[in-house]
Amino acid sequence: MPEPSPNVALFVTCLADLFRPTVGFAAVRLLEAAGCTVTVPRAQTCCGQPAYNSGDREDAAEIARRTLPALEPFDYVVVPSGSCAAMLRLHWPALLADDAELATRVGAVAAKTWELTSFLTDVRGVDSVEAAYEGIAVYHDSCSGLRELGVREQPRRLLRSVAGLTVRDLGAPEECCGFGGLFAVKYPDISGRMVSDKADDIEASGADTLLAGDLGCLMNMAGKLKRRGSAIRVRHVAEVLANAGDAAPPIGESEA
Amino acid sequence: MSVEVPTSHRFPDNARAALADATLQRGLASAKLGFRVRRSEAAARLPEFETLRDEARDIKNHVLAHLDLYLEAFEQRVTERGGHVHWAGDAAAARDIVLAICRAAGARTVTKGKSMISEEIGLNAFLEQNGVEPVETDLGEYIIQLRGEAPSHIIAPAFHVPKAEVAETFQKHHKSLDPARPLEQPRQLLEEARAMLRDRFFAADVGITGANFLIAETGATVIVTNEGNGDLTQTLPRVHIVLASLEKVVPTLEDTSTILRLLARSATGQEFTSYTTFSTGPRRGEDLDGPQEFHVVLLDNGRSDLIGTELQEVLRCIRCGACMNHCPVFGVIGGHAYGWVYPGPIGAVLSPSLIGIEEAHHLPSASTFCGRCESVCPMRIPLPGLMRHLREREYGRGIPPAAQRWGLRAWAFLAKRPRLYRLATALPVRLLGLVGRRRGAFRRLPLAGGWTAERDLPAPQGPTFQALWNRAGGRRERPR
Repeated sequence: MPEPSPNVALFVTCLADLFRPTVGFAAVRLLEAAGCTVTVPRAQTCCGQPAYNSGDREDAAEIARRTLPALEPFDYVVVPSGSCAAMLRLHWPALLADDAELATRVGAVAAKTWELTSFLTDVRGVDSVEAAYEGIAVYHDSCSGLRELGVREQPRRLLRSVAGLTVRDLGAPEECCGFGGLFAVKYPDISGRMVSDKADDIEASGADTLLAGDLGCLMNMAGKLKRRGSAIRVRHVAEVLANAGDAAPPIGESEA
Repeated sequence: MSVEVPTSHRFPDNARAALADATLQRGLASAKLGFRVRRSEAAARLPEFETLRDEARDIKNHVLAHLDLYLEAFEQRVTERGGHVHWAGDAAAARDIVLAICRAAGARTVTKGKSMISEEIGLNAFLEQNGVEPVETDLGEYIIQLRGEAPSHIIAPAFHVPKAEVAETFQKHHKSLDPARPLEQPRQLLEEARAMLRDRFFAADVGITGANFLIAETGATVIVTNEGNGDLTQTLPRVHIVLASLEKVVPTLEDTSTILRLLARSATGQEFTSYTTFSTGPRRGEDLDGPQEFHVVLLDNGRSDLIGTELQEVLRCIRCGACMNHCPVFGVIGGHAYGWVYPGPIGAVLSPSLIGIEEAHHLPSASTFCGRCESVCPMRIPLPGLMRHLREREYGRGIPPAAQRWGLRAWAFLAKRPRLYRLATALPVRLLGLVGRRRGAFRRLPLAGGWTAERDLPAPQGPTFQALWNRAGGRRERPR
């Protein structure tokens, strides 16, 4: 049995904070519907991946060290992103391993950190949501969520309960979209080809909607689809699950 | 052309050229799919596949912890059986040793089985310069030798050459044959290469092969092939030279068999390669065939420096190629773009150690860290983690461009100070949101050229989540 009303800290992620607050509010709504008391700790900015994946280990560790206290008082930390959740869960402990006291503390936070959809299904036992969305969606498995956290079935299970929605898989579901954080701007030609191949796969699926659990990948794919003039609507999975489809236009689209 | 001079520092240009090469692109698209499906089916057919990966990892970890011991045992066994072990500290030493053996044998031509170490030390060009003709006998290697090219894949060296171009190459080089002969079918190409190579096998004075394993308990070297060319290379000439790097040693035959069960499945999806050949010393008195001399050249070339470092795990590699077959970056640019012998994720980790981080610094950076290489590596090498470590070295040495480093530092300064970060981000994001509202995305944006060259940048919605949460009076502290 899940605990009656756990205290959950929402780790918003920098991309949701800066680019798409709708994702943060959708996550809050889903967590509250699952019986959680949601807090957004003030002292958070980013999980540190831009530094960590650029070889700036020192700054990444410092970001982790400074953010840690804000997340410690909660029963769970929930993140609407597989890659940021994996950063907290798997890489923060590696970054702070040298200091025994910090290692224990970061270990405790890591152990209670979850990616949003897997938290809902695996911790809170949610298997359906009250939501409706007319359309055919393909779900893109973001690499970190898929391979580092084993998030695959969880979002699909929840999406199956959305009224009016059909969910399909891509032809090459395990293929990276080419985002890779700063990779996308450091090697634009390679990244561009990868996301172009991904866009081909998305368009070939016959879907009218693209969903995923990571804003980085979504902005990359939405940006490519938009550049091609595609009419496919792109949204974070939380928006559809929280029935927030009307709250904001799809990623990269303007108000009507 | 030899691959001695790396072009890894020109990786972005190399990659651009590869992306613009329509023939290469068609080949990559079809080949990667085949490799992936076959590997996945082969792994699924073997219930203990995942357990074997753990065992294989443990075997190699054990070897690497006692490398000196096993190498000495190997040397002793080889010597007892009448063979010779030569220790080569670097590429030049290895080349000199091989040439000295060839000269002592009075060799004019040398047949060669597939060997990545030979590529690593640039052996062919060196032998040619010294009057010894090397003849590649692996079909793929034979094709690229005729074309004067470097391998583009560690197990499929002619990965980048379409069938029609192979036919052209054969027409051009096999001048003694009827120009009107049919060469459309793979079978015809194979038969022709085989016929052309037949005499070379008989004429060769020395045969050079690589090694997939060196077995410490028996002194045997092992190669796996699908064409049988390796056997002809090592049994027909008077002298057999095995080129291998240090970390190929395993303790026992049993260990060899454990890793063999992973190798072909991970590489081509075969349960076993067509030939698995064990060579144990020169021909003995009662043997019907085999070489009169058996030499093993053990190459270090920077590998022993990796022992005891964060990069040690890369030495577990068994060169199956699964990482590159599953790599989304390799999948769109192919192997040559990496600019040196070892492409793909394994090359991204190995090359900086062998040719220097200054030369190869792009390679570990040119990864999205999608993690697929690690998920298929039979030896469970944490390739993305090792690439990240190399990025740390690169950053520590100040190799990334100044603008990039300063941008990162400025960002990190803010990211460590949430209050300041909120102040600094709120207004620009708001403005960007206002400007981008009409279209919903930017086609072009100052300072974001890398992004907008290839795709639009979705506009921010406007106020940050943090600002909106404040406005909504959302909870900031944990309730008591």
